[in-house]
Amino acid sequence: MPKTKARFSFRRDAFLYLLLLLPVVYFVLFRYVPMYGVTIAFKDFNIFSGIWASDWNGWAQFQEIFSTREFYQVVRNTLVLNVLDLVVGFPFPLFLALVINEVRSRRYKKTVQTLIYLPHFLSWVIVGGLVLQVLAPDKGLVNIVLKSLGMAQIDFLTNGPHWVATYVAVGIWQSAGWGTILFLAAMTGISPELYEAAEVDGASRWQRIWKITVPSLTPVIVLLFVLQVGRLTSISFDRPFILGNPLVNDYAQVISTYVYDVGLKSMRFNIATAVGLFQSLVGLVLLLLTNWMAERNGQEGIYK
Amino acid sequence: MTRSLPDRLFDATVAFIATVAVLLCVVPILNVVAVSLSSNSALLGSKVTLWPVEFTLQSYAALWSDKSMIWSLVYTSGMTLLHTGVAMALSVFAAYALSKKRLRGRTALMTMIVVTMYFGGGLIPDYLLIRDLKMLDTVWALVLPGAISVFNLIVLKSFFTNLPDSFEESAVMDGANDVQILLRIVLPLSLPILATISLFYAVSRWNGFMDALFYINSPALYPIQLKLYQIVVNSTALDVVVNEGAGGGSMNLPESIKAAAVVFASVPIILVYPWLQKHFVKGTLIGGIKG
Repeated sequence: MPKTKARFSFRRDAFLYLLLLLPVVYFVLFRYVPMYGVTIAFKDFNIFSGIWASDWNGWAQFQEIFSTREFYQVVRNTLVLNVLDLVVGFPFPLFLALVINEVRSRRYKKTVQTLIYLPHFLSWVIVGGLVLQVLAPDKGLVNIVLKSLGMAQIDFLTNGPHWVATYVAVGIWQSAGWGTILFLAAMTGISPELYEAAEVDGASRWQRIWKITVPSLTPVIVLLFVLQVGRLTSISFDRPFILGNPLVNDYAQVISTYVYDVGLKSMRFNIATAVGLFQSLVGLVLLLLTNWMAERNGQEGIYK
Repeated sequence: MTRSLPDRLFDATVAFIATVAVLLCVVPILNVVAVSLSSNSALLGSKVTLWPVEFTLQSYAALWSDKSMIWSLVYTSGMTLLHTGVAMALSVFAAYALSKKRLRGRTALMTMIVVTMYFGGGLIPDYLLIRDLKMLDTVWALVLPGAISVFNLIVLKSFFTNLPDSFEESAVMDGANDVQILLRIVLPLSLPILATISLFYAVSRWNGFMDALFYINSPALYPIQLKLYQIVVNSTALDVVVNEGAGGGSMNLPESIKAAAVVFASVPIILVYPWLQKHFVKGTLIGGIKG
């Protein structure tokens, strides 16, 4: 019997291949055909003759991109926003998870978790709607409160540096609560005996957090940190696009929104594709590098 | 045994920080609800914080009278269901077949699939493909391109791989064919994970905005997020309200109507939230551990 297992039998597995038919068509059509489409970054693309028939023109697009000031600004903005997300944003979920873990009442703990996960489920358009309302210059909640405290109004969304701070803060608002779940799951894996032994030895709760909980979480912290470093050059579209506005373009225009502007709004398809390709290649190298580092550190890499 | 003073202080601090975090999450939402229920004069006077001032349902009435908002909700629900159905069928097909270790070409296929997680064409090649397929400005541009998420596929596949073989083996003994095994044995055993993955697909479709912005032009085909974006950021997309409600020829929509639109568009997610949250936590932990 075990021998038949190794042998190839189309008849036996015909059903499985039938099941794979549509998924394979899907991957070829929607994932691999666009990879071929990337070649327009190296072509004098003419929308009427199509990708295949357009003439190659080598590095012309890349030369053009690298000679514009705008490109460097966009790359700089992308890196600045991502680094701030990492440096400022990263500690919040960890801190929140440590706090939640210390809440004594189970019921209250559940309630807190349910409510702080909520922003994660709201789309960026909805979050954008909340932000525009709450941070509005005159009638927004925050400025009403600031004024009632006798303080000056803050232009959260129309002043460049303020916008950057708002972008980072809104990111924390939206994701810090949800970010606690991996830490909390890791905490449930810590042996209660460790805490009991520490208590017997007279360790305060503060000491127990620093000497037991945090060290036990180190592998998870390192892994999540490294993964986020791997994504430093790639930026989502929705958040900067929805929070951004023309007044803060010098700070808010990032690679993803730039590709949209150049490509779909100005219809310069080959230039936009070249920018996108540049980003995904740099991103790929960084991702593989950090993944390799994570694996070398004895952590499980992403997706094996 | 009574607890010591430092211990109780510690508990109080913890409870305080947790409460502040909760308030920070909830207050913006309460503020927008209050704004949506307040009169315009109260808003102009900067009086509205967490409680409606000069309570009125006018904004909701205006939204309700503009059939395009209701239509968008109905249309987006249908589109989300269609997408989830297609996505689940394709994902289950692929994951089940690829979970069989005896399958020839399994490793090569998995490699081909995982590669797409790291590298893709990008916005413009994707756009040109959708255009060449004549899918621009059709519901298919939103239903098909995201039909298989590799992450979801991997989670499903490892679930199927871990199902004990004995169930299938005994079904074969009883003379069940391949289709019967999948439908009557494997899928019923996988209901919880199927529910979780369906929700992953449904929520990301419901909240999806970017692809609609790229591919959809006709206002009649705007999914709810694009519709809401036009209302909130561009102050457009509500013909009836702009003509009737704003008055004075103002081009800007009243804040209360924008706020009502935000609340309106959030209701479906909030309604299913308690249930959603439970499944998402479970699914993310499975994925996080696998991943």
